Amino acid sequence: MEILQMHNVSKHFASVIANEKVNLSVEKGEVHALLGENGAGKSTLMNILYGLYTPSEGQIIYKGEEVHIDNPRQAIQKGIGMVHQHFMLIPALTAIENVVLGYKGNQAVLDLQAAAGRFKELAHSYKMDIDPWTRVEDLSVGEQQRLEILKALYRDAELLILDEPTAVLTPQEVDGLFDVIRRLTSEGKTIIFISHKLTEIMQICDRCTVLRSGRVVAHGLPISEIPDANKLAELMVGKDVELETITKSPQLGEVVLRVEGVNARNSRHLPALKNVSFDLREGEILGICGVDGNGQSELIRCITGLMPVESGKIEIDKHDVTHLKPKEILGHKVSHIPEDRLKMGMVAAMNLRENIILMDHDHAPFSDILGFLHWKKIDSYSRELCEKYQVRTPGINELAGNLSGGNQQKLVVGRELERKPHLLIAVHPSRGLDIGATKYIQQRIVEARDKGAAVLMVSTELDEIMELSDRILVIYEGEVMDIVKGHETDRKTLGLLMAGVRPENGHD
Amino acid sequence: MKKSILQKMGHQLNAVVFPLIAIFAALMVGSLVILLSSNSSPLAAYKALFTGAFGSPRAWEDSILKAIPFVFTALSYAIANRCGIINLGAEGQFEMGALAATIAAVSFPPLPAILHLPLTLIAGFLGGALFGLIPAILRVQFGASELITTIMLNYIASQLISYSVNGPIMDSASSSYPQSAHMPESASLTAIFPGSRIHWGLIILLVCVIFYYVFLWKTTRGYELRVVGLNSTAGEYAGMNIRRSILRSMFLAGGFAGLGGCIEIIAVQYRLMMTSFKVTYGFTGIAVALLGNNHPLGMLLSGLLFGGLQTGSLRMQTVTDASSSVVLVVQAVIILFIAGRLMFRIQHGRHLRHKTLNIPPKAMEERGAER
Repeated sequence: MEILQMHNVSKHFASVIANEKVNLSVEKGEVHALLGENGAGKSTLMNILYGLYTPSEGQIIYKGEEVHIDNPRQAIQKGIGMVHQHFMLIPALTAIENVVLGYKGNQAVLDLQAAAGRFKELAHSYKMDIDPWTRVEDLSVGEQQRLEILKALYRDAELLILDEPTAVLTPQEVDGLFDVIRRLTSEGKTIIFISHKLTEIMQICDRCTVLRSGRVVAHGLPISEIPDANKLAELMVGKDVELETITKSPQLGEVVLRVEGVNARNSRHLPALKNVSFDLREGEILGICGVDGNGQSELIRCITGLMPVESGKIEIDKHDVTHLKPKEILGHKVSHIPEDRLKMGMVAAMNLRENIILMDHDHAPFSDILGFLHWKKIDSYSRELCEKYQVRTPGINELAGNLSGGNQQKLVVGRELERKPHLLIAVHPSRGLDIGATKYIQQRIVEARDKGAAVLMVSTELDEIMELSDRILVIYEGEVMDIVKGHETDRKTLGLLMAGVRPENGHD
Repeated sequence: MKKSILQKMGHQLNAVVFPLIAIFAALMVGSLVILLSSNSSPLAAYKALFTGAFGSPRAWEDSILKAIPFVFTALSYAIANRCGIINLGAEGQFEMGALAATIAAVSFPPLPAILHLPLTLIAGFLGGALFGLIPAILRVQFGASELITTIMLNYIASQLISYSVNGPIMDSASSSYPQSAHMPESASLTAIFPGSRIHWGLIILLVCVIFYYVFLWKTTRGYELRVVGLNSTAGEYAGMNIRRSILRSMFLAGGFAGLGGCIEIIAVQYRLMMTSFKVTYGFTGIAVALLGNNHPLGMLLSGLLFGGLQTGSLRMQTVTDASSSVVLVVQAVIILFIAGRLMFRIQHGRHLRHKTLNIPPKAMEERGAER
């Protein structure tokens, strides 16, 4: 029996078509994958269902009746729940306070005790026990996600939309989530699982609908009929995709980056890095692997001079750079592809040529001693760079913010690689990119290594880390858990390390 | 990709069309006020307003003279704004420039103009620039919001003027009125052409406008300033010194305003008085910068418009019985509409935001259209 049908749903934003005559039918009790690249229209479609957008045309039939959902409140009333990729929880409040927040059934006077009782029972029945009185900030990411799911169930959700639910989880936590999903479906709940991780979809979903450029390219395809992940990838991007990036064995040279016993505190004055030490050599990619928020950002900020080092020492090419300013560190042939290109890597409201000179505007050939910019040289350099790095744009006067995510990243990567780095720092280089752009950027990074650069790469994508890294450093709560050879490890080992379990001690 | 070219052209068109719509709409609102408050027809009143502002060479002259200080303070707001700082202190910087210039002008023994005039102008610039640095330092050192400090400093500036003309620089020789001595000729700006009242301050203004453009778009320091204004995090990651850019922008902002104050005294009013700043030059400058979209040419044009409104309002009041205050209403409504444009802009930036941050903003207009 179909619980949800979306018929010919279209959504146009001015001239942009986000969804075009999309059909989606979801059966009760199944896990239905909604698959597509970034920008394929998955989120738009789900936001329509959740009442955040009004469709330009089309109808939604939910439980056999045509419905018009104008806002999330109505969606929730109808039994539709959504767990966003970035949790909508208030860290300073307790779990139960978050659960009842905005809940329709609240009385004028809140009875948190009663609510906590009901919550506990509910959590227990799904084997997702969470103490209702814990503050959300003290919950792990996996627990926060469970809390989000419980919040939806508390509101009697029957159809749950999970938007990229595994993005922030360790492999073990992913397994836990899948258990929960199976339990939910056995209770007759229905799940819409948004993802672009092919292996997970193959593992947990019953059927899938694939979107490409806002249109449905595969409708309700049973997963059992799909031979392998490559087939799914092909559906998603529309051409044969080479899933492996070819990596040559590294030719190691001198030590480029040496980090020795570094300690640092984050903005809340809590220890963020604890006695971190490692070496990185020419011609090597060192992957930093860990669940988001375990000190990766702080480590990079320390190396690039954006954050003070409390104790310890950082050397680049045998120069002590521990307390140098960012500008001086960049001067040691360091390139940095930052984790958030829109926030840190570029100025969206400036055009391409202005973004291309972000690091090098203040010296030849882009400017002279008097401080005047040489736009002619900048223009010709910008055109070359866009061509060389396949940045698709109408011209170098286009605002960087108008480019697609992939082209923005190509711009940043191109700019950084053209600085001919000796040390390349790449943080989440492929985050939010489609497969084509991801592969392109990964290949460029490998190329830089083959030319002798030392590459420090941070990623939460295990696949990316395992594919590209010569060595892998696992970081957990600011501590180096272990440094392992890239080709001599497996997901399980890494997953345990990422969760803070050292193999020697067995169980933590 | 074609789409984005169209979008861009659209944006450029918007930069011109929106201000025009705002002006037109403001005049409409103003005509309502005229209808309600007087016996004249709005058409007649506006005709008088326009003739008063631009109907004769003399009217043009008046409007240009009135526009000069507005464009200076507009430059002040604009250059700070380009660096992400909201300078509400052009008023105070303007006054401090006037004060410093007056001190330089009246407290030296007779000097040749070739020395005295530059000295006075530099004093005016520095008076404003140093006063502008205060909120910038408070901001970069202590994180104090410049919105608050600049406004507070305006009061301090006007109290300082009041103190000065009642004490240290009071012209006790010629009168007991709280005012400074008359500007000596060696420190005054004269007319460019004999017979016209347009003074050399206009040329200094144009040089400043050109400097504004060249600095921001042709020099590395100006480029850094704009980067900081648009995305300071990216600037930090690129190794730029954010604090220095903020200090630099506020120094220049204060300097522009100070120079405006200086010129107002040494070319128009010739004496510093407690009533010298009855026209709120600083705040009108903000309006001029907003309407001119922080663009050099835009600010010149909108400055001329505001100057013209001031000039024309007098004639409107004389010829018809519509109050000159109607002009204040028109100015205020223009600002409301321009501020409203920011909301339009947010709506326009919707897909961009959605695409990049995955935050679904409510599609308000579409909802409106469907119902």
